[in-house]
Amino acid sequence: MAEFWTVYVWPFLVIATHSLAVLVILLVAVAFLLLADRKIWAAVPLRRGPNVVGPFGLLQSFADMLKFVFKEPVIPAGANKAVFLLAPLVSAVLALSAWAVIPVSEGWAVANINIGILYVFAVSSLGVYGVIMGGWASNSKYAFLGTLRSAAQMVSYEVSIGFVIITVLLCAGSLNMTDIVLAQQGDYGMFNWYWLPLFPMFVIFFISALAETNRPPFDLPEAESELVAGFMVEYSSTPYLLFMLGEYVAIVLMCALTTILFLGGWLPPFDVAPFNWLPGVFWFVFKACLVFFMFSMVKAIVPRYRYDQLMRLGWKVFLPLSLFMIVAVASVLHFFDLAP
Amino acid sequence: MLIADAFFYLFATITVGAAVMVISARNPVHAVLFLILAFVSSAGIFILLGAEFLAFILVVVYVGAVAVLFMFVVMMLDVDFTELRSGFLSYLPVGALIGIILLAELILVLGSWVITPEVAAHVATPTPPLTEISNTEALGRVLYTKYVYFFQAAGVILLIAMIGAIVLTLQHKTGVKRQSIAAQVARTPADAIEIKQVESGKGLL
Repeated sequence: MAEFWTVYVWPFLVIATHSLAVLVILLVAVAFLLLADRKIWAAVPLRRGPNVVGPFGLLQSFADMLKFVFKEPVIPAGANKAVFLLAPLVSAVLALSAWAVIPVSEGWAVANINIGILYVFAVSSLGVYGVIMGGWASNSKYAFLGTLRSAAQMVSYEVSIGFVIITVLLCAGSLNMTDIVLAQQGDYGMFNWYWLPLFPMFVIFFISALAETNRPPFDLPEAESELVAGFMVEYSSTPYLLFMLGEYVAIVLMCALTTILFLGGWLPPFDVAPFNWLPGVFWFVFKACLVFFMFSMVKAIVPRYRYDQLMRLGWKVFLPLSLFMIVAVASVLHFFDLAP
Repeated sequence: MLIADAFFYLFATITVGAAVMVISARNPVHAVLFLILAFVSSAGIFILLGAEFLAFILVVVYVGAVAVLFMFVVMMLDVDFTELRSGFLSYLPVGALIGIILLAELILVLGSWVITPEVAAHVATPTPPLTEISNTEALGRVLYTKYVYFFQAAGVILLIAMIGAIVLTLQHKTGVKRQSIAAQVARTPADAIEIKQVESGKGLL
């Protein structure tokens, strides 16, 4: 019985506590990042943004959450009820579950698995199902059009994300997230991180991440001028909230992934006195917020792509470029004997 | 091992149940969703076996790509399942035959390990145990050294299939307006706009 306790129950409790901690911190962070997004988006055309609820509008996201939860969920009469309600759950749960393997600092991950990056890639490639199921189950033309666009878009840009990840893996020599970050450690501080040697891939990854998470300028699934709100058009109340939550958690995940793959994760920019006093988790959060700021600025500045331009960019520009970069990176690593 | 066994039976039950639902669901989209459930729970069984790389490749390739395309096609086509089902009984003998052949092959494969134990010596190169190197590395070492020609051949076959599909569906339409990005980027203010001084009170013409 004692063995049962130490082998099964205790690890289970530890994992459950870790997961709960990650979830709570993540959800609170998403609430404030949502506000930050709106504030930055407002500041570019010199508007104020949300500023009524709480000081500087800090509690706006929580007020929105309460409003969503207390409203009545409307299910269309022609909808496929089970799939309609399953879709937002799939969307939110998949986005949250990818966070299990993200190392926030050395050893600070719920699960430090060997194939961490493959897990994240697999889970984020499943995210498209929330969109497909939601759009199909709504039984509405606009929702369905949004779904078709979105499915094609997410599948297209996943390909280039996969190739970008492969070049990083070639350099790091491991699928483990912690090893990828530690492989970027070196004598030159921030110039050792992969953003500099793999700069074209960093740009491709950033743009593909925007497309993969349906962020502007690639927010065609919910292009409000053409499709009202795309696949979410029939959703209201808590199911809608879950869709939005899933979307924002996926965005923050992409920020964290950019940080880990290209910006050296929790490593300080220079391994000298004032920088390495701060704990790793500070640097991780700082870098992730920086990437999120870039995401917001893109949303504020860049106009929306047309659908054929989006597909052209994915298949005719990014795919050949990233395939070429894989060959180039592999050749350099092999012939200069740099492979790990 | 108690918990691992319990999880094996859980995943196995879900896989078999979902597979039954794939062929018995009335709605084609539901059938594809159950197919996805079957894929995901078989990935769970792979993980229990220690084949983590295979498990996630299964999820990425089959669930993340193949099933999405399935879903895409099934949603767009207006498939009438009752019509499809009408010839069910006439196809039953063929289906049963294929099922029996598959079952016999599985029994032969599994039985050969028991009947002739020396068969293990002829099979693939054994990979080092999981405790020494990780799953991915072991697979890579075998795939890119001993089986590199088979691997390349599989790649070439897929490439030929892809080119074939493109050739079959490609058609050059004439008279369609196309966007030439290079021509657009190469435009300069000199050949795009013309500045004219207009006197007040007068038009250009």
